[in-house]
Amino acid sequence: MLPKLFFGYYAVVILFLSMLVVTRKNPVHSVMWMLLLFFHIAGLYLFLNAEFIAAIQVIVYAGAILVLFLFVVLLLNLKEELKIDRFIGSWPAAFVIASATFVLVSIALKSMVLGPPGKYTVDFIKQETHTKALGQLLYTEFLFPFEIASLILLVAVIGAIVLAKRKLRS
Amino acid sequence: MTSILENIVAPGSIDFMLNIGIILLKIAIVIGMGLLHVAYATYFERKVIGHMQVRLGPREVGPLGLLQPIADGVKLFFKEDIIPSESDKPIFYLSPVIFFISALTSLSVIPFFDGFVIADINIGLLFLFAMSSLAAYGIVMSGWSSGSKYSFLGGLRSASQVISYEIAMGLSLVGVMIMAGSLNLTEIVRAQQAYPLGIFAIPQFIGFFVFVVAAFAETNRLPFDLPEAESELVAGYFTEYSGFRFALFFLGEYTGMLVMSSIASVCFLGGWGLPGFITSNLPVFAWKALGLAFFLVKVYAFMFLYYWVRATLPRYRYDQLMAIGWKLLLPLALANIVLTGLVKIWMKGLL
Repeated sequence: MLPKLFFGYYAVVILFLSMLVVTRKNPVHSVMWMLLLFFHIAGLYLFLNAEFIAAIQVIVYAGAILVLFLFVVLLLNLKEELKIDRFIGSWPAAFVIASATFVLVSIALKSMVLGPPGKYTVDFIKQETHTKALGQLLYTEFLFPFEIASLILLVAVIGAIVLAKRKLRS
Repeated sequence: MTSILENIVAPGSIDFMLNIGIILLKIAIVIGMGLLHVAYATYFERKVIGHMQVRLGPREVGPLGLLQPIADGVKLFFKEDIIPSESDKPIFYLSPVIFFISALTSLSVIPFFDGFVIADINIGLLFLFAMSSLAAYGIVMSGWSSGSKYSFLGGLRSASQVISYEIAMGLSLVGVMIMAGSLNLTEIVRAQQAYPLGIFAIPQFIGFFVFVVAAFAETNRLPFDLPEAESELVAGYFTEYSGFRFALFFLGEYTGMLVMSSIASVCFLGGWGLPGFITSNLPVFAWKALGLAFFLVKVYAFMFLYYWVRATLPRYRYDQLMAIGWKLLLPLALANIVLTGLVKIWMKGLL
């Protein structure tokens, strides 16, 4: 009962907050609602006993990425809101597609089968601590995908520096 | 879910409600004691800086001026609360609260003495980083919502400063994590017992240096107090705040200093750790009290360092601040991680 209640709370609040983020007129207010949204997502991870992911969610998304959003919003200096009704007129089509996807997902959910229980049970994670279990898995079994992801990030970093430097030289 | 609750509440078979009561009591004690320490940290600061500048510091209210912080608090509480008409009201109200709460929440994972932590969580250090990144929102939002150019510039400066130095600070503590093999602050204290003098500061001297410099920048203290540089920005991000909202920023800043000093004490200076011959010969109560005293002495030594530097060094320029953070501290911290890792792998007996 208690876990269901917690999950229900998070699910409802996350949905509600995401609606608030996209409907606010003031972009800074949107960013603040998004901050609260990220904390709720972190809470959801905590609820799944994934404490490391929860902390990283707050540190990386709330602490770094969202602050960059905030910088962009603040430096754009949006004093007046854009007074355009809609950018595109095809929202009924989008609504139909979104509803169809929702129906499809709800049908698909009925036939979902849980995977076989593996080595990483809740008790195992609790004993090993989540950070340690995740680290060992990332650096042994999933080392190759992990390194590929790191390489892609490195390319992005170097690309950003190259772009910034080229502007400086000219 | 129950497992998380069990982790927060001390594991054991005591009644659930009793545990919650104990936790609430612990929270009340930590907040009460923490705020009292914060109040007297301001008195300590004024006395120390006064004597360094050949003045006497506060001495009028109470014996030796000891009631000065209380008088200041009462004054701030009864001051008129002015809200600028150009401000964004909800965020203007909210940002000092975010700033203060994030500093106060950090106190919940710090072990004050053996067995006394509000939340003994496995990701203690990461939790501290998460809370310090939340504090940046309080600053930047207060700057934006005030609707004043000084506040706005102060807020932007502070946000970029805090984000830049957070990276260096986080990486400087990775060496400690590698040596202790844990993110839990209590286990970090325990792990230090095996090292000379019971502290990590000697093998981790590079990490400690980076941490100290980054801690000064993180709390917006001199020589890195650019967000509130008086000669340029009036008072920076809290220029428009008055009365008790200003007091929340003030309390938040000093609580932040207390938290940083506590992290330094716990992660580098041994925290409440005592040598084995003391813990085995004294009764439990006595050595726990001694541990708390040791912890507080280290915290206050670090606080004294804050004041000492404030009275000694001039303020850096903004480009110098960024250069120190990105070109000196970050490479040093990264080198420290590589070095610690290599030593840990190759010389197993040493670390």
